[in-house]
Amino acid sequence: MGWQLIRGWAVLVYLFMFLPVAVVVLLSFNASEFGSFPMSGFSFRWFVELAQNDAILRAFRTSIGLGLMTAVISTTLGVLASLALVRYRVPGANAISTLLIAPILVPEVVLAVALLLFLNFLGINKSFGLLLFGHVIFTLPFVILVVQARLVSIRRDVEEAAMSLGASPIQTFFQVTLPLMLPAVLAGGLFAFTISFDDITGTLFWKPGGVETVPTQIFAMLRNSISPEINALGTVMIVMTVGLPLLGAAIARRISRKSGA
Amino acid sequence: MSSVTLKNIVKRFGNFTAVHQANLEIPEGAFVTLLGPSGCGKTTNLRMIAGLLDPTEGEILIGGKRVNDIPIHKRNLGIVFQNYALFPHKTVAENVAFGLKYRDVPKSEIAGRVQAALELVQLPQVGDRYPKALSGGQQQRIALARAIVIEPDVLLLDEPLSALDANLREDMRVELKRIQDKIGVTTVFVTHDQSEALAMSDKIVVMSAGRIEQVGTPEEVYNTPASEFVANFLGASNIIEARSATGEAGGVTFDTPAFGRVTVPAARAAGVAGGPAKLVLRAEKLTLLEPGSDTAGLIAAPAQVETVDYQGQTVRYFIRLGDRQLQAINLIDERPFPQGATVTAAFRAKDCAALPGT
Repeated sequence: MGWQLIRGWAVLVYLFMFLPVAVVVLLSFNASEFGSFPMSGFSFRWFVELAQNDAILRAFRTSIGLGLMTAVISTTLGVLASLALVRYRVPGANAISTLLIAPILVPEVVLAVALLLFLNFLGINKSFGLLLFGHVIFTLPFVILVVQARLVSIRRDVEEAAMSLGASPIQTFFQVTLPLMLPAVLAGGLFAFTISFDDITGTLFWKPGGVETVPTQIFAMLRNSISPEINALGTVMIVMTVGLPLLGAAIARRISRKSGA
Repeated sequence: MSSVTLKNIVKRFGNFTAVHQANLEIPEGAFVTLLGPSGCGKTTNLRMIAGLLDPTEGEILIGGKRVNDIPIHKRNLGIVFQNYALFPHKTVAENVAFGLKYRDVPKSEIAGRVQAALELVQLPQVGDRYPKALSGGQQQRIALARAIVIEPDVLLLDEPLSALDANLREDMRVELKRIQDKIGVTTVFVTHDQSEALAMSDKIVVMSAGRIEQVGTPEEVYNTPASEFVANFLGASNIIEARSATGEAGGVTFDTPAFGRVTVPAARAAGVAGGPAKLVLRAEKLTLLEPGSDTAGLIAAPAQVETVDYQGQTVRYFIRLGDRQLQAINLIDERPFPQGATVTAAFRAKDCAALPGT
């Protein structure tokens, strides 16, 4: 009896969480002019309009470019930082580690305003570079957390064995360490991409005039009217931000199964 | 193949001195074991030879050449680690071939040499498998194949048998020695297991608390330990307090409170001057007899059996002799003496080794 109640409650919670999302996806296929029930027919019309909307396409290109660059920079920095923190004795390693993780703990608005004020103080104008910089700052902790966890589990003697066999430290990294932590590196990169792709708070503060990412574009469109196009856009976003990590996880699992690690 | 020399090696970690003034000469082709309890500095020495640690002071020579400033990947060593340290993302054949890639070995030769190495460790069939699919003993053989396929100047073995279970360990011990004999590579073996050291080594280096206590053949360190530590670490020994009385032709006579006068052969009393001394008597050299047995030519004293530790083939007794406790490990003839029995503890004087006392 008690369990039944708890089970029922859990179902209600999930409904509350996912029903709105389901509604957006459902309505994106609505043929009607208005984005609301009842649905008048099934159609891809809004996706087609989406594909012909220059502003949205531009926003998409910006978001994907920004996401990819964020992912590459964050992953590179994250891997290097993790290597330093895990493999070498760095003075104040704990403090550095906490500092690098801190952006997760600080509310994003605070971080966004702080960075903006700081750059104002330095007399630097908003730019795409600044936007990228901001995204790197708050995706870096995720990469570091994931990569560090993996690196700790890679035994040092495997690297020592490689060096004893004649591989230089750099060759050892590319031959042994990197392949062994590849699943974590890919996961970190995907995290960085999806977080950057999703972000609106920081982006609103940092983006220069005229540059829109997909989330800020949706936000701007919502201020005028609720067009069914937004539902279609929402569906595309869901596919990208849910589908990509799932795909990444599947690839990572295949890699680690093959290596048996 | 090369000799290895340690000259006045000191290694400090902060305030802690892990190795004090180590001097060691490992001849070409020898199988030398660094033996000692954990924390005695044996692994630190091995890692310095390997180039995984830098000595704080002193010089390391391999093949007569100073290698202090040569990084590990240019030293041409084969290292076998306690936990195998195979590359989990590479197949067995790729693991073994790894070192050859950095040695200008023509591609056409690599496969043949890998196969030869796998045959040497008696695992010719597993080249395509991943390490995870092999048992612990097999993985350690692959690790050995990977280390010797590069024809290293020195083979370094860091407790390679410790992760294996008991039966397998003995098989691998024989196997390892066979392979080392066959390729004749200079080998430095680190272990805390005295039976491994005694069984495999040409020479044993006994270490304690960062110092080298004794260097000698297995027989030398077992029969004539240079210190109380060595006597106790290798097997069970009794330490009998004594006072050197007279040196005479062929022997040194000691006065012991427990057994009276004992004359030890001069060769086994080297380094003992006058004054206090200690006699080392192996537990298996102390025999318990029925009271009243013939003890002609033996040193004997009455004793009480306190504890009986039955081990099947042998029995280990703890006996009391006045206020001293001694150990005796004897083969069982008919049945062991019961606890509380009065016995005669006897030994031959020539089985004692004398150490300077403190």
